[in-house]
Amino acid sequence: MESISPDYVKKKYEPIVRGGINEWPVVALSRNRDEFIEEVARESIKRIKLQASSRDALMEELETTVFREKLRVKRNPWAVDPEDDGDFLKSVKERLLQISQSNNNEEKDQKLDEILEEIVIRYASEIAGNFKKSRYRMARSIVTFGFARLLNASRARGFWSIFSTQYTLQDKINITGEVDQLRKLAKKGTIVMVPTHFSNLDSILIGWVINALGLPAFIYGAGLNLFNIKVISYFLNSLGAYKVDRRKKNLLYLETLKAYSSLAMQRGCHSLFFPGGTRSRSGKIESRLKLGLLSTAIEAQRVNYQKGKRDSLEKIFVVPVTLNYNFVLEAPSLIRQYLRLQGQERYYVENDEYSTSYKISAFLVKFFTKGSDISVSIGQAMDVLGNYVDEHGESYDQNGRVIDTQEYFTIDGKVISQNEQREDEYTRMLSERIVEEFHKINKVFASHLVAFTAFVIFKKRYPKLDLYNLLRLPEEDLIIDYDEFRQCFQSVLTKVHSMYNEGKLNVSPYLTGDPDQIIKHGLKNVGMYHSKRPLVRNKEGDITTQDLHVLFYYHNRLDGYELENYVR
Amino acid sequence: MNSKIMSDNMVGVLGAGSFGTAVANILAKNRQVLLYARNPATATEIQTTRISSGQHISDAIRVTHNLEEVAKNCNVIFPVVPSANFRELILQLAPHLRPYHMMIHGTKGLDLQIPENRGSNFVLTKDHVSTMSEIIRKETVVVRVGCMAGPNLASELSTGHPAATVIASPFTEVIHEGKALLRSENFQVYGNADLRGVELCGVLKNIIAIASGILSGLGLGENSRGLLVSRGLVEMIYLGQALGGEISSFIGLAGIGDLVATATSTNSRNYTLGYKIAKGKSLEEALAEMDEVAEGINTIKIIKQLADSQGLKPLITETLHKIIFDGMTPENGVNFLMRQQSNIDIDFL
Repeated sequence: MESISPDYVKKKYEPIVRGGINEWPVVALSRNRDEFIEEVARESIKRIKLQASSRDALMEELETTVFREKLRVKRNPWAVDPEDDGDFLKSVKERLLQISQSNNNEEKDQKLDEILEEIVIRYASEIAGNFKKSRYRMARSIVTFGFARLLNASRARGFWSIFSTQYTLQDKINITGEVDQLRKLAKKGTIVMVPTHFSNLDSILIGWVINALGLPAFIYGAGLNLFNIKVISYFLNSLGAYKVDRRKKNLLYLETLKAYSSLAMQRGCHSLFFPGGTRSRSGKIESRLKLGLLSTAIEAQRVNYQKGKRDSLEKIFVVPVTLNYNFVLEAPSLIRQYLRLQGQERYYVENDEYSTSYKISAFLVKFFTKGSDISVSIGQAMDVLGNYVDEHGESYDQNGRVIDTQEYFTIDGKVISQNEQREDEYTRMLSERIVEEFHKINKVFASHLVAFTAFVIFKKRYPKLDLYNLLRLPEEDLIIDYDEFRQCFQSVLTKVHSMYNEGKLNVSPYLTGDPDQIIKHGLKNVGMYHSKRPLVRNKEGDITTQDLHVLFYYHNRLDGYELENYVR
Repeated sequence: MNSKIMSDNMVGVLGAGSFGTAVANILAKNRQVLLYARNPATATEIQTTRISSGQHISDAIRVTHNLEEVAKNCNVIFPVVPSANFRELILQLAPHLRPYHMMIHGTKGLDLQIPENRGSNFVLTKDHVSTMSEIIRKETVVVRVGCMAGPNLASELSTGHPAATVIASPFTEVIHEGKALLRSENFQVYGNADLRGVELCGVLKNIIAIASGILSGLGLGENSRGLLVSRGLVEMIYLGQALGGEISSFIGLAGIGDLVATATSTNSRNYTLGYKIAKGKSLEEALAEMDEVAEGINTIKIIKQLADSQGLKPLITETLHKIIFDGMTPENGVNFLMRQQSNIDIDFL
């Protein structure tokens, strides 16, 4: 690729060692997997009983769970589901029926508790990761070695090039931001990494990033649907993933999931989950996060403080990360789902574009051989209240005064109190901080900027049309004179640079120099491997689109910065 | 909950104006109170005479002019100073505050911050307008923030007549704490989670109070006041929603409750200001005759600017702006409003 600006600095990171792999908390966790699952189950049962405190409430909760689970099995089965799901649910249902007819209260309570425990243990074992030291090492080398081979084969031409070491994954994936701080903090405390989520690729990409940075393995929440595919399932398991099933929305499951995450963090396992919950359907950076798993970071921090773990060694650090692409393979189907959901509220199945190993492999090959550059921005670490921390793990307020994070959990600076409502509110505040940081560290690519500019020009050209009518415009109305485009682009570009100087966003190195070159670079890369290109120059040299929906998708990446005021 | 621990602690009140003093006296029924007055001479005078803004202060109140002392001794602090001085005070206090502090403010005004180097296409948005709780959140490490609002005319509070207030905060522990501290015989305390909405109630009702004073000054009778209070509430809700409050708060104690009290009482500063203007006084003359700040004037200015830039049409606020700042006579203002046709009584529910 022609370089129009200095390339990113390639850097090799030595693994950071905290007592070697045998002392990684995630290894300890997998060694005592059964014991940990039991602990998770005990904790979940405690939580569920707090919420369903009476016999009748518990009964109702169990009945609801069985009802919803039966519906899931019938309507939306996945390959990864255990085969005895149906039988298990049937047996639970029958037992619940018997219990409801019994008059012996003591016996009733005992039986309800038994059922609760069975279900929760079932969930906990499903969620629990299956990290194996040996497999981790192997998977790690396959990912780095194998993908590097693919890369070389595609870039440097010729058969023998498959053995070339000219290109490494780091040529393709640029990691920028607070890397050194992250590495230092990973030695001290517990990291909770929260990335943006645009593509199914993210789960694997982030696994690679963690390894490339020399960090110890993280446990991370990956959608259960990804485990449908054998190859991916193998990698995810090896890399320490635990499973999150978005179809299960019942109280029992959610509490078990939260207990798992919270207890793992309390044991010092670095964790990662996608706080947006699912991939961003619209292509926008997440503006609203799921609070469930996020709340476990705050809870784990409070529990650590309650146990008297005061120093930064036991502190939890939240690290926002954005993954920046020129090209998201799923973009066409994601945006279709988004528009359908926005257009009319209706039930839709959590579907899965990558149902077979073949499809996903094809996707990976396409990605590593053809896909354009990817950048990963690591944000500055924060404490669980969203205050920045330094490399020693100390929290600071905006005036540079040290803050004792523990004091947020007290009302007099001394006694730590547990207050769920307070922590709910802290979770909401933390989620707002993460969203704010996402926008700050998000890296603007030339491709995002050309897509944004073009779509806003269309939108402003037809101010009376709503989004749906706009998207239905005929091809002949979708042509922008190049000079007009260039002028608008420059105006937005200037604003982007001034926002960069104010620290409100981040920019790709390709975003400097001659605007014509930047536009060219952007057009070349925006959604480059879709069969219908979101943005091209026609014979006359003017700008037009082959797929307005996908253009809308890529444009959304820069939504929320109020840049549209600068397209004039 | 932890009331035992808390009871050893004093409660801080910042601002020894008439409302600050009244709040301090209510708090003093339950706790030791540390009352902060900015001016050292004033602080000493209050401490010795035991009179602050014309009110006797309880024996449980100690007066100080040292902010650090307040932050050190009090876990819960009530800032009750005019909005114009609010940010400055908070900035002075900020270095002494810690994450465990709680703050419940009683200031019914807004703060406008316009960036100094604004470009040619600068647009004023609600991001430039802060409520008092937002100032606390932005400038300090304190997160557990709340406000106190409701029909609480300072002069009446001191008499001990039946009254009530709302403590609003997203944190229930702040509401509990506020209740425990303020609740007393003849003084009820309600809770509300919509902090922004309740703050806006207190802020926006001052506009209507000025209008109500004008009606009285012109001698237009009670039918007109009924009309004003009702249409005024609609306008408050219209603006409140645009600024991010919830409708429900406006029909509660801090909304309609406070509106009725302020729009009918000669003890209300904003009402009195409107009354004087209707009697032919200029703004300067009217202000010169008053001891304390009428927040409504500043609020009208801010809301007018915001409405202009955001395409909002708050009729009553705009008319008041013309009367107060652009020389429209109060009579013409009323005529202007009466010519406006509005067919729908209630369009917000």
